[in-house]
Amino acid sequence: MLSIALIIAFTLVAAALLLSLWRLLIGPDEPDRILALDTLYVNTIALLVLLGILLGSDLYFEAALLIALMGFVGTVALCKYLLRGDIIE
Amino acid sequence: MQEIAVSVLIIIGAAFTFIGSLGLARLGDFYTRLHGPTKATTLGVGALLIASVIHFSTGSEMPSLHEVLVTVFLFITAPVSAHLLAKAALQLRVRSIAPPPAEAESSSGTGLDRGD
Amino acid sequence: MLRRLLPHPLLTLVLTLTWLLLVNSFTIGQALLGLLLGLVIPAFTRHFWPDPVRIARPWWLVFFLLKVLWDILVANVAVAALILGGRRFVQPAFVSVPLDLRTELAISILANTVSLTPGTVSAWLSPDRRTLVVHGLRVTDAAALVHEIKTRYERPLIDIFESTC
Repeated sequence: MLSIALIIAFTLVAAALLLSLWRLLIGPDEPDRILALDTLYVNTIALLVLLGILLGSDLYFEAALLIALMGFVGTVALCKYLLRGDIIE
Repeated sequence: MQEIAVSVLIIIGAAFTFIGSLGLARLGDFYTRLHGPTKATTLGVGALLIASVIHFSTGSEMPSLHEVLVTVFLFITAPVSAHLLAKAALQLRVRSIAPPPAEAESSSGTGLDRGD
Repeated sequence: MLRRLLPHPLLTLVLTLTWLLLVNSFTIGQALLGLLLGLVIPAFTRHFWPDPVRIARPWWLVFFLLKVLWDILVANVAVAALILGGRRFVQPAFVSVPLDLRTELAISILANTVSLTPGTVSAWLSPDRRTLVVHGLRVTDAAALVHEIKTRYERPLIDIFESTC
């Protein structure tokens, strides 16, 4: 039961990653690309959580937490760059 | 019993994650595309993390709750990123299906982040 | 003296809980270490928190959070249906919501709530903090949307953060 659910879930999340990558590549504007990058971070967290359940390992949690933190900081920094043309004031 | 709950939550979570990215890929302009990732993807990953909590809590004497931390963090940060992205897009005058608000276009970076 | 040691009791509590969740164990030793961090970090970062957080009715906040959580679930199903329906069903519009809230924290919570709930994303806050511009994915009646945001989310937040009791 769980293994079938995991296969379906991996497929869906991988498709989500491809769709986000598609948006990252075609843009057309900078905010679109940043949004796609942010979605890629969150999708990666989903992938790591699924991998953690599949392998029964707690270790992937730390990686997911780090990606959540760094992804948010990265998105905010890029938005600030768009808003001000500068990150460090 | 727990296995069924974990499986259902995993499928629901993955489906919402997929729908969020689908919205990002297929909707018409930037502002409508913003809705998918902020709502559907956040809830989807939230459901996956709850599934992880249940999965790692069964069979061990100690409940594994640290996934809650990532969930809470995502639910707090997703709207902040969305707000900043929308503000940046309004300032850059990104193409929009809906007529953009007059008052927001004229001003520049002020509001929630004052940068001071 | 207590004021100096505990400038932000709420932050101390949140930090202690965060530490316990982070190490994922609930022993006495970890609780003490978390409490120590919860005491030290607010003391060192006092300058970043000039105004003390004041919650007039904490239990209403819990109730409000539960309501928002439920609304997030409902809103997500609606948004998922709109996305699957495609461009034909999407009627985006920008709506200006006049704000009666004055506390910065309350305005932030309102903006985040609006972003997570009914098919809307908060897009812009006027520099004088009197108007919140909201982008809706499917807006058929702008006035009704403004009314819903004001009664369903802003009114409870005024009661929680700005009432005097």
